[in-house]
Amino acid sequence: MTPILLSPGDIAIASVLILLDGVLSIVLRLGLHWQLGIAAGRMAVQLVLVGFILRAVFAIGSPWLTLLVVLVMVAIAGREVAARPEQRLRNFGNYAVGASAVAAATFLTAMLALTTAIRPHPWYDPHYAIPLVGIVLGSVLNGGSLALDSLLGGVVRERAAVEAQLALGVSYMRAMRGLIRVSVRRGLLPTINQMAAAGIITLPGIMTGQILAGMDPLEAAKYQILLMFLLSGGSGLAAVAVVYLAAWRLTDERQRLRLDRLGAKHR
Amino acid sequence: MSSANPPRLRIAGLHSPLAGPFDLSVDAGECVAVTGASGSGKSLFLRMIADLDPNDGKVWLDGRERAAFTAPAWRRQVLYNAAETGWWHDDVAPHFHAAAMDFARTMVPLLGLPPDLLDGPVLRLSTGERQRLALIRALAHAPKVLLADEPTGALDEAATAMVETILRERLATGIAIIMVTHSPEQAARLGHRHFLMRDRHLRPADVAAA
Repeated sequence: MTPILLSPGDIAIASVLILLDGVLSIVLRLGLHWQLGIAAGRMAVQLVLVGFILRAVFAIGSPWLTLLVVLVMVAIAGREVAARPEQRLRNFGNYAVGASAVAAATFLTAMLALTTAIRPHPWYDPHYAIPLVGIVLGSVLNGGSLALDSLLGGVVRERAAVEAQLALGVSYMRAMRGLIRVSVRRGLLPTINQMAAAGIITLPGIMTGQILAGMDPLEAAKYQILLMFLLSGGSGLAAVAVVYLAAWRLTDERQRLRLDRLGAKHR
Repeated sequence: MSSANPPRLRIAGLHSPLAGPFDLSVDAGECVAVTGASGSGKSLFLRMIADLDPNDGKVWLDGRERAAFTAPAWRRQVLYNAAETGWWHDDVAPHFHAAAMDFARTMVPLLGLPPDLLDGPVLRLSTGERQRLALIRALAHAPKVLLADEPTGALDEAATAMVETILRERLATGIAIIMVTHSPEQAARLGHRHFLMRDRHLRPADVAAA
């Protein structure tokens, strides 16, 4: 079975639905029609651009170019993880923590998939590496940002509880244990929800795409299962890395709680 | 007390950008009271001794320098008890180890607290009950120096008297206490020496008053 290719006309017909939304917005005075139009236009331009870029990258097939694309994606995701929390580690700490955690979690999971389960030739084939990194990044970003926000917000709220333990001679890591546990848990919940809902409440995006592109549903399901494992592994690693890196930055050689290294988001 | 014995706690040139420098020696069994306006640096002083805030300068416990202790070991023996300290479990009981729990059960009636408080949730405690339980929690660690920040700030006269009795008994066993208090009367009752914190510096109270 070959995929059914879409013509620009097919897409134009579907865009009638966006126009319908716009009409609704005007009739119901939601004031959303401009935002809706801009968002839809922006989405279409972004995706077409990415399509062209990927087509070029795939055609060139250079490992260095692939690495560059991956690094740009990781850097943007790391920035997003850093930007989410209300609290900021000084000296660009959020960026350092976000970028290193995202990079480590993504590379580990993507490498595992590329060298064991999927095994394209060569292993860095951008057809596989880039989409795989992309989907893992989405999950890693989600888990990492929730965990970081939970830890930084929690440590400010629970300052008295942590310092009371330190004052009684409890080690810093021991005093932070409750917060660390809650924050890693927070980072893992979306993936658990996603896995629990997969197939019953939602047909996951990858599987839908592959079925539409003509793949056998059972084969598509196997791919989806593999990806779910990768996503949960990635977000778990990211949550743990973010939480420990941030916790280390909030202490010093005398195991103090250094909230002076934390500041509220500007603006 | 022979002069060959080092003081229980000795502080030399203790300072940070926020307060100090401080110099003080406290002997075993001695209570030093510190009074002063809010924000004058009393809590900062105690927190620096316990090494909870960044600081420079030297502190010795029984002649052994602070740098020779790990931070947790130092804080267990030179124990800072905050005016409103935190609780990290929902219930009171898990804040005490098994041995500490036996100690707590003997202490609770001495501080005028109902014994079943130890088996309830922290949320149900009043401020004054939390303050007394925090003192028990601190003393259960058998520190050599107690840095008591407003130990009776939330208590009525009767409860204050009970806390003072307990602290006096501890002094008799050789603990040293540096106590921050708002009450000059309490400073006079418990303190062997009395200092005034003003503008983040420490002076003897009689000189400062003159």
